[in-house]
Amino acid sequence: MKLSAPAIQFEKVSRYFGEVKAVDAVDLEIRDGEFFSMLGPSGSGKTTCLRMIAGFDRPTSGRIILYGQDVSTLPPYERDVNTVFQDYALFPHMTVGENVAYGLMIRKVAKAEQMKRMEEMLDLVQLAGYAARKPSQLSGGQRQRVALARALINHPKVLLLDEPLGALDLKLRQQMQVELKAIQKRVGITFIFVTHDQEEALTMSDRIAVFRDGKIEQIGSPADVYERPATPFVAGFVGTSNLVSGDMAARITGDAQTFSVRPEKIHLAAPGQTVANDAYSADGVIRDVVYLGLFTRYLVELDGGGDLVVVEQNLKSTSMDVLKARGRAVRLLWNRDHISRVGG
Amino acid sequence: MLTRVSTYLYQRPRLILFLLLGPPMIYFLVVYLGSLIALLLNSFYYLEEFTGLVVREFTLETYGELFTPSNLGIFLRTAGMAAAVTVADALIAFPLAYYIAKFASPRARTWLYIAVTLPLWSSYLVRVYAWKLILAKEGIVSWFFEALRIDFALDWILSIPSIGGSSLSLSPIGMFIAFAYIWLPYMIVPIQTALERVPKSLLEASGDLGAKPAQTFRKIILPLAFPGVVAGSIFTFSLTLGDFIVPQSLGNSRYFIGQAVYAHQGTSGNIPLAAAFTMGPVVIMLAYLLIARKLGAFDAL
Repeated sequence: MKLSAPAIQFEKVSRYFGEVKAVDAVDLEIRDGEFFSMLGPSGSGKTTCLRMIAGFDRPTSGRIILYGQDVSTLPPYERDVNTVFQDYALFPHMTVGENVAYGLMIRKVAKAEQMKRMEEMLDLVQLAGYAARKPSQLSGGQRQRVALARALINHPKVLLLDEPLGALDLKLRQQMQVELKAIQKRVGITFIFVTHDQEEALTMSDRIAVFRDGKIEQIGSPADVYERPATPFVAGFVGTSNLVSGDMAARITGDAQTFSVRPEKIHLAAPGQTVANDAYSADGVIRDVVYLGLFTRYLVELDGGGDLVVVEQNLKSTSMDVLKARGRAVRLLWNRDHISRVGG
Repeated sequence: MLTRVSTYLYQRPRLILFLLLGPPMIYFLVVYLGSLIALLLNSFYYLEEFTGLVVREFTLETYGELFTPSNLGIFLRTAGMAAAVTVADALIAFPLAYYIAKFASPRARTWLYIAVTLPLWSSYLVRVYAWKLILAKEGIVSWFFEALRIDFALDWILSIPSIGGSSLSLSPIGMFIAFAYIWLPYMIVPIQTALERVPKSLLEASGDLGAKPAQTFRKIILPLAFPGVVAGSIFTFSLTLGDFIVPQSLGNSRYFIGQAVYAHQGTSGNIPLAAAFTMGPVVIMLAYLLIARKLGAFDAL
């Protein structure tokens, strides 16, 4: 397999706002054609990184390299990168068609060609026939698609998406997640997606960078980040996790090093059930039960102190069954491979 | 008791509407529109030359009088001055408004806003007379030109026919300077308000799609600020059209609309002609607004 040049490289990139280190010496490499997510809580530096790639913000120090070219000091209009904005930023005085064709109009592409490509783009985002409307006549989801079409019409090398699904309701968001992924496959452009929604990042990305306080905590595939979180923060931020440390860890594994285990990896078994060689176990009592339809969440208080959250799918049980489980003694079992040492 | 009143009112939403809206509506209809209608009516009466009395009979004769060469000259002169003042104010106001709206820190913005509107806190007359002194033959402006030994430039400007005069304070140029100064805040504030409503992300999006700053200005900023410019120009244009203090204090002996109205309704008691003169600016403003609408000034509202 031929290795192509990385789409984006960050070399010790920092961005300070006064005393605040929004981005702190970040090194990063984003591959050509991948769907890359920057995940983190607000204020973690992910959006600042995106804005520095777009050129709206400049690094205080370090270099940003786009397909081998140092773009750190180039203005936005000289970068082959386009952005889908969080608030869509559609031009209110132009029609949908004029919005989409804006990039071509600026580049003085011939009128006929503009029309043709604008219609292709509206087709791609399933808005054929909407060219004459004003953005104010569209729903949130439709504006989102217009913003996407407008950003893709210049065939940028990299498409930046700044929390583009944040304003949509859940159903629409899930639908757009699938569509965005499909569109990315079709156009074959590198997508960089900023989000604070871990589920969104896990669903769509080829790789995820988890940001915290201006630094990257972990970069990896969704499975990597989810199954083998590198730090307690990642374990807690991406999905929910049981973080076990100190005495409690020592009782279970014989080692006081902190580890994390996902609630769905733990099985509820009858007390005294035999423990296989490759499993860990802990005994306790179910203190709380939350029925969530598809699955049920149990809070189990361990006999030696501390508690673990366990999630089980409601394959056979009904809400009546699970709610009766409160106060029952149980043995918890899980495979030794399913813990992740998170040093900390 | 109070509860009973509020319950009574709650059940009769139309009554509340009437109580709240009635007084201002009556004021608006009677005092505001009523006086305009009285004005319109008066413009269709005429003054009996011999007796000097107003004859309350419908006639277009009074309007006919507007079309004498000297009266047409008054309209053209005033409209020309209003247009020049509007263009100058728009050119001065735009960069200032843009800076205040998009670059100044919130703190600086407050101070700049106060600075812009500060002149409006003082009497209009005082400011006009201040300009009279500034522009006078022995005033600071001519002193400045002399000190720099470029008084020939001032003399050259004053020698331009129809806008020059014996000194700045006695010339249309001086009037223009005073008008442009006095109405400037009325242009800055609406433009600033329009620009503040343009989200920064629109400008970023334009640049992101390849537009250089000049293109972003032409394609995004200007169209979105245009309603503000039009709103400001309505102020500067109509205020100049109707003013009679500045032409009286600073100009030469040639009349402006405001002075003509003042003279006809005052000394000569020709109320119909004064009313007809007043309808002039109304018609000019209507035409102006129609043209502005044709140009799409209100599309983005």
